[in-house]
Amino acid sequence: MPDFVTSYLGSTLTPGEAGNQFWALVYVFVIFAGVSLAVMSMNWLERKALAHFQIRLGPMRTGPHGLLQPIADAIKLLLKEDIIPAGADRFVFWVAPLIGLLAAFTVYTVIPFGPSQAVSDMNIGILFMLGVSSLGVLGVVVAGWASNSNYPLIGALRSSAQMVSYEVAMGLAVVSAILMTSLNETGTGTLSMIGIVRAQQEQGVWFIFKFFPLGLIAFIVFAIAMVAETNRAPFDMAEAESELTAGYHTEYSGLRWSLFMLAEYAAMISVSSIAVTLWLGGWMRPFSRLLRGSAWDLIFSLFPAVTFMGLAAVAFVGVVRMPRRSDFKVQKIGLAVFGWLLGFIALMLLIIAIAGRSNGAAIPSTVNQSIGYIYWFLLKVAVFMYLFIWYRATWPRYRFDQLMRVGWKVLLPISLTVLVATAIVGILLS
Amino acid sequence: MVPISTLHYLIVAAALFVLGVVGVLTRRNLVVILMSIELILNAVNLNLVAFSRMWGNLHGQVFSIFITADAAAEAAAGLGILIAFFRNKETVNVDEIDLLKW
Amino acid sequence: MNSAINATNATMAPVATPYFFYGLATLAIVSAFLVITRRNVVHSALALIVTLLSVAGLYLMLYAPFVAGVQIIVYAGGVMVLFLFVIMLVNIDRSYKEKRFSGLWPIGLAAASALFTLFLFAFIKGRALFPDRMMLLPESSNTQQIAGLLYGDAGKMGQYTFAFEIASLLLLVAILAAVVMTKKRA
Repeated sequence: MPDFVTSYLGSTLTPGEAGNQFWALVYVFVIFAGVSLAVMSMNWLERKALAHFQIRLGPMRTGPHGLLQPIADAIKLLLKEDIIPAGADRFVFWVAPLIGLLAAFTVYTVIPFGPSQAVSDMNIGILFMLGVSSLGVLGVVVAGWASNSNYPLIGALRSSAQMVSYEVAMGLAVVSAILMTSLNETGTGTLSMIGIVRAQQEQGVWFIFKFFPLGLIAFIVFAIAMVAETNRAPFDMAEAESELTAGYHTEYSGLRWSLFMLAEYAAMISVSSIAVTLWLGGWMRPFSRLLRGSAWDLIFSLFPAVTFMGLAAVAFVGVVRMPRRSDFKVQKIGLAVFGWLLGFIALMLLIIAIAGRSNGAAIPSTVNQSIGYIYWFLLKVAVFMYLFIWYRATWPRYRFDQLMRVGWKVLLPISLTVLVATAIVGILLS
Repeated sequence: MVPISTLHYLIVAAALFVLGVVGVLTRRNLVVILMSIELILNAVNLNLVAFSRMWGNLHGQVFSIFITADAAAEAAAGLGILIAFFRNKETVNVDEIDLLKW
Repeated sequence: MNSAINATNATMAPVATPYFFYGLATLAIVSAFLVITRRNVVHSALALIVTLLSVAGLYLMLYAPFVAGVQIIVYAGGVMVLFLFVIMLVNIDRSYKEKRFSGLWPIGLAAASALFTLFLFAFIKGRALFPDRMMLLPESSNTQQIAGLLYGDAGKMGQYTFAFEIASLLLLVAILAAVVMTKKRA
């Protein structure tokens, strides 16, 4: 193999730090594909979970249990007529979804899926993430203006006011977490995403539990602000369908509309990754201090395999519960194949987990470790993804003035107080 | 290819500065004039950061952060004036801002 | 293993830099030109965002990642959203029919070109003032060093701590000004 491929293998740096463009490019493509896949499965999961919250079945016809629904949706959106309203600003109308999409996907360059599983480790990591994700609001504003229509314009104004307001509380909550990274011998903190997780590793505590309850309050402020940032229910004022039909993307259809949706879900994943990195220990497995030793390591390294086995078992239960009629045969076979696929992944993970333990072989062990890092990171993000759906099913939408009041009069003072209190406690304890 | 030196950055900054000056001097729309002022401030920032690289210390970068804070303040106050004016005269054309010209 | 990484690192930097510089500089200047020539104010604002982002890229090339981050979060994410917001509040339909440039535009253009000539003249005459050397700033501790200047290191007050506090006062004044001026009077 060429030198530029092999030279990076076994490195403990991210490709960006090692200066290896080839692997950086590979990482970028893997992340892009992974996020697109995650958005598609999230689309299916949201419809399914919302349906079950409301005691419905959700999509059932397109594939077994509607598993092929996202693909069908994608085909439908691609084939739909692409309408540009008369009197719209054509160029800006065209460029607006791309702004949102670029902002949502660019931040993935610094998200640390593991200590070396990121495209790059920037010195300004978290600042970069907040800055670039705040560019998404430009796409929203510009889309509302370019549509040359009243509902989108009102939706865009609302949404930009909302996003700008909640960014303040969000930023202050983030600062209080960054302040905690400076509690070491040198007294120097870090903005680097990997550095923040390393700081939690060194201090032996996730920042959500640090200075209880200060870390927890900052986390809660962030968790509320991030729902408002991504324009999700109960803060989906920008697209309140009962008032504004669809808000800023009322006039969009087909492919462009799907780009907005892709950007929204990608942004959800990226803000969840910020929360996971800053407060929930990033790639670290739970109880890494309390339950350590090789036995516990082995048990925790079996988790990925067990998860996929569980998913496979769910699929097989679905196969068994299919009605015994001939017209369900195709669906049954499809679900069984899907179950076998999940089971095969579980088996591979199991083999890697065992092989990585057995005789201290270098390559399976590092692969095993990487899988562990990525698994724990993604699991934590997945919890947030489920929370987003849960919020949407549970809470009624806020009124706009209530939303502004919560942002400016509740979250902002709380996050300021927490910031000052964290600084004081940090000085007193060090 | 010629290696990039401080002078390259200075020329880019000078071009941005002059474009900003042209905007301030020739446009009639107050919003565009404010945006041109942002261009001018950015050109100054670019100069400062280039000098910071040339001398190998960070004072230029610190100054550019101050200028960024100043630009944010200027934009907030300037747009506030603009909205107050628009409310009175229904225009953002600087040629019509002549209440004191009597 | 390590030497290989260093080797790729060493060969990478000089190859890409000039192209990136010329690309970003061209993008910045062209879109700055669009800012002052577009009739539609929203197009101007979008062009200005492109300028700001490419200037942020130039900061990254100058080993100033923190300034680049501030540029993105304050300018592109904050100030420009404010601009777009105001553009939507004020009615722009009228400005389509009006003249773009003020009557005195030849004089303004002449003054600006004279200024640019002056700049170029100064650069060429004072070539010795701008040495070709470029210091290598430590990129990995940039934020920490700036914090040292702003807030102070190891218990000492930083060189710019007082100025930093004044800047926060300036921002407070700006907030008050914006609120007072945009408030509807009874």
